[in-house]
Amino acid sequence: MRLKVIWSALRLVLLFLVVLGLGYNLLIVAIGQAAFSGQANGSMVKYNGRVVGSRLIGQQFTSARFFEGRPSATSPPYNAASSAASNYGPTNPALLQEIRTNLATVLKENPGVKATQVPPGLVESSASGLDPDISPAAAYLQVPRVAKANHLPVGTVRNLVAQHVSGRFLGIYGAPYVNVLELNLALLKLAKR
Amino acid sequence: MTWQGIVQIFVLLAVVTAVGYFLSKYMYNALEGGRTFMDRVLGPCERGVYRLCGIDPTVEMHWTRYVFVLLAVNVAGFVVLMVLLALQPVLTIFNPAHMHQVPFWVNLNTSISFMTNTNWQNYSGETTLSYLSQMWLTVQQFLSPVTGICLFLAVVRGFSRHNANTIGNFWRDFVRTLLWVSIPLAVIGAIVLLALGSPENLHAYTVVRTLQGHKQVIAQGPVASMTSIMQLGDNGGGFFNMNAAQPFAGPNAASIFFQLILGFSVPVACVFLFGKMVKTLRQAYPIFASMAILFVIGAIAMYHFEAAGNPALAAHGIHLAASHNMEGKDSRFGIGTTSLFENSTTAVSWGSVIASNDSLTPIGGLVPLFNMMTGEVIFGSWGVGMVGMIAYAVLALFLAGLMVGRTPEYLGKKIESFEVKMAVLTMIVPSLVILILAALSVALKAGTSGIFNPGPHGLSEVLYAFSSGVGNNGSAFGGLNSASPWYSATVGLAMLLGRFPMYIPLVAMGASLAKKQRIPESAGTFPTHGPLFTGLLTGTVVVVGALIFFPALALGPFAEQFAAHAGKLFGG
Repeated sequence: MRLKVIWSALRLVLLFLVVLGLGYNLLIVAIGQAAFSGQANGSMVKYNGRVVGSRLIGQQFTSARFFEGRPSATSPPYNAASSAASNYGPTNPALLQEIRTNLATVLKENPGVKATQVPPGLVESSASGLDPDISPAAAYLQVPRVAKANHLPVGTVRNLVAQHVSGRFLGIYGAPYVNVLELNLALLKLAKR
Repeated sequence: MTWQGIVQIFVLLAVVTAVGYFLSKYMYNALEGGRTFMDRVLGPCERGVYRLCGIDPTVEMHWTRYVFVLLAVNVAGFVVLMVLLALQPVLTIFNPAHMHQVPFWVNLNTSISFMTNTNWQNYSGETTLSYLSQMWLTVQQFLSPVTGICLFLAVVRGFSRHNANTIGNFWRDFVRTLLWVSIPLAVIGAIVLLALGSPENLHAYTVVRTLQGHKQVIAQGPVASMTSIMQLGDNGGGFFNMNAAQPFAGPNAASIFFQLILGFSVPVACVFLFGKMVKTLRQAYPIFASMAILFVIGAIAMYHFEAAGNPALAAHGIHLAASHNMEGKDSRFGIGTTSLFENSTTAVSWGSVIASNDSLTPIGGLVPLFNMMTGEVIFGSWGVGMVGMIAYAVLALFLAGLMVGRTPEYLGKKIESFEVKMAVLTMIVPSLVILILAALSVALKAGTSGIFNPGPHGLSEVLYAFSSGVGNNGSAFGGLNSASPWYSATVGLAMLLGRFPMYIPLVAMGASLAKKQRIPESAGTFPTHGPLFTGLLTGTVVVVGALIFFPALALGPFAEQFAAHAGKLFGG
């Protein structure tokens, strides 16, 4: 009687291994590929006919002519094959060291900006290390530098940022943000003209 | 703090209450002998499953037999998963990234983790597991929450049945929950998540040249399907190392709002289902109120401390444009929604995260820790959250009975010494496991060498690991080296103890209650449907459930909060 129960339990697990493990997952793959091919294949973005990344996955920008994203704790930064956070606790000296170093870089790259104008997101590393977005304040802060490097009027670049601000979902969920890759792509198009 | 950040908590609560209420009607019909609109499609499937597995779904089971079958299904799932993960190098289909052997300790810990509905991840998905192995994990993500519902049904039938020796048929409860609830909801969930941006493919990782000319390898895979059942089943084991913070699993606030609803739906339904099963829906209201009160307090407390930020920065002369803590958080979620999700992850016990909990402020991190230490009864996981709350209710009535010197009754059943003993066990198991294993870990080199953050935060890391293990939660203070043999083994043990020794005594309690006669309500009966009972229950959860941990919490999060204010740093 007990053996029969164990045998039934094993058959149940094996049956659902096929039905759920393969059936369910492959059904969703089929639905995704058929009905939502953009999202299902990673929301890739093209520039000049070449795939340059995913709009959902942050990438590293260090050149002065691009808007920069958030500090990333992956190794190397923005490693999209191995997401990671810094895991620094609030009283870990490494956290304060990280913030000081990042702050110094931001202040050096953006002359005229004071520490009290820098939003925390620009000097504190993100959850996934792949944050594709920055806060609107973090984008506006970079406008003078980016405008100068691209020989564009400050007002034009500021307008560009304003056009790329996304709001909260239902007005309450999440926070307003700017997608860095999309902003930089728009910037490239503007600079080319 | 912003008004949006506060309003979103109450909007979520209203939405999930409505969803849970309607779902409970459907579940009641599906599980307790009614009819549903899905019967025509699922009836034949159900009979097919019974035939293929050689099951008789009609025999009524004594509780010992019910538990034996439950354990058999769990052990079978565990063994099969462990074998399949060990075979990863041999099973080469759906392995485009060429993942190799899963280390033994990681495999053992992961298999226990996914059997017990914990989904503690001591591996990082995108660098350890093939797509096929991830698919095997989703099987347990379906089966383990269903086990929770079976435990729930077994306990609640103790109140709904009278003079009965049996508590139902495990096979029938299991298969019907799986077919009627899990599978249809997971498929709908996955399609919505796809539409909101999560990928679902079997390609090799995409290699791109970024706008600035760097090479970037973008990990993908069947993400939407796994994320759906991870949230729906309150599993929490995600596709990626950073779980739902990885933008493919949590692409935007809309997707996270939907994932919140998925995670809440069945646990909230279980509260109403309890009311329906005992034939008085209003008995569910005080329990629902207790859970909602504790949930809202936690959500607001965490939001407040994360918005106020890390006091150590100001103490060290770092003054930025705002004080809120963005370390380990992503921009699109912001402070409010991140806090709401991270509070829910241990309240509803799903364990998936959209932030790095290790980088929360001391008190911000205390909130999820506290939620787990209550035994995960603030809605909790499928079935078992509600079962844990029933144990608290029994205890609360026992305490009230002591005050007036009267044998307590609950829902027409006399609560006697056996029932109280079984209920007390569910308080003792987590406290013993967390405190003893954490004490060993900070005393032994094997334990301390795995701690990442120095000082009191290191103790919080260890406390969090064992609370998460025994609470079958799965979220972590991620700095801890959980893949080391010490933590793989001890957290694995905590997960086992927090599942079976925690809930099986309550099945025994239910069986003992089912045998009893129903006694009519009298003037001396403590009313269990009003605000007085809500207060008593909430107080019992806080005082009995969590106060035992106060000394440990004083040395961890509280000490760190004071230190941070004083600008004291540790180590380095």
